[in-house]
Amino acid sequence: MMRLIAENLGGERGGEAVFSGIGFALDKGEALIVTGPNGSGKSTLLRVVAGLLPVTAGKVLVEGGGEAFPTVASASHYLGHLNAMKTALSVEENLGFWRAFQGEPALSVEEALETVALGGLGHLPFGYLSTGQRRRVSIAKLLVSHRPLWLLDEPTAGLDKASEERFAGLMRGHLEGGGIVVAATHLPLGLEGAKELRMGQVL
Amino acid sequence: MWALLLRDIRLSIRAGGGALVGVIFFLAVIVTIPFGVGPDLNLLSRIGPAILWIAALLACLLGLDRLFQADREDGSLDLLVLNGDRHTLALTVLTKCLAHWAGSVLPLVVAAPLLGLFMNMEPLGIGATALTLLIGTPAITFIGAAGAAVAVALPRGGLLISVLVLPLTIPVLIFGVSASYGAVADPAPFLQPFLILAALTLFLAVVGPLAAALALRHGTD
Repeated sequence: MMRLIAENLGGERGGEAVFSGIGFALDKGEALIVTGPNGSGKSTLLRVVAGLLPVTAGKVLVEGGGEAFPTVASASHYLGHLNAMKTALSVEENLGFWRAFQGEPALSVEEALETVALGGLGHLPFGYLSTGQRRRVSIAKLLVSHRPLWLLDEPTAGLDKASEERFAGLMRGHLEGGGIVVAATHLPLGLEGAKELRMGQVL
Repeated sequence: MWALLLRDIRLSIRAGGGALVGVIFFLAVIVTIPFGVGPDLNLLSRIGPAILWIAALLACLLGLDRLFQADREDGSLDLLVLNGDRHTLALTVLTKCLAHWAGSVLPLVVAAPLLGLFMNMEPLGIGATALTLLIGTPAITFIGAAGAAVAVALPRGGLLISVLVLPLTIPVLIFGVSASYGAVADPAPFLQPFLILAALTLFLAVVGPLAAALALRHGTD
């Protein structure tokens, strides 16, 4: 039984407190949508949860991750603003690298590309793709290796309507498979029954 | 880890050839020396190993600023750090160092014997210098990784890395050059400084990546 728990969490950027007193608990199959105006600390919250920024107050942990996923970092896929792909390498090489490096392989590179409707484009250098296509490759990166916890920062930025819907389907599939999603966004993601956390109201 | 090694070597070959730039810089420095010190062949052959070492050291520093910065700019660094529990981050750094060395520094070692001819060095001296470069240059990369990790967030960190790293590489330079001299000058020993050089490389292979990993873990923002 996997659980993500944050208690009284505080985070800062450049020495300035951005938020404090954030708490939530997510069971498997649950999603949390983090909303709020620009600068309210959505990205910072995701980076603090992932462990990429230090926790200044409170704590965040996963329970029941077992041997494969003992910590939040090891259980997480982090999809940030940047796509983490090399423009000089082909799409297949990029995804193949992350699949091998991240371990816990799930879908093959071809299957993942088919899933984001980029089948047959694997041989192209990543630098040749459009903004939306790049984002879709980055989403395919979530599928090539298994992680129960998806931390998504503006995941649908640059996606067209059809891709947004496809991505909503992917997230629902992930939740039905016992995963957890934490997404920071301005746009509706099409997840029914997701919990919502509004940032920038209490400080 | 193999995947990371292969990816980085592939990038160093493909992305506009950082390796070639280093070799050309190495060549340019070596070719300038005879114009500066004059056409005294004896003098040139005497200072040859030292000049080759200094030029190789400077050429090593050239590409170091891109070691982590390229990964930081496209977001890969976040994921490398995030996977630090699965693969120890220091090992990830060590792998990146080895790939950087194979892609950018090894070509310098290969070019060194040819450039030794410019310095009127005898075959034994050329061989010894190339061997000490082969053993000693990884140490420079390992120290450089720590400098590159500290300066990763700075937009023009290249110069800062050189200033940070150069003083720390002096022991490597001293033992590298003295081993090269030991092979040709009779009373001077070869084996002792050579073994110390090897020990330095092994020591820095542990300390450098550990320091770099520490800096990277605390440097994400």
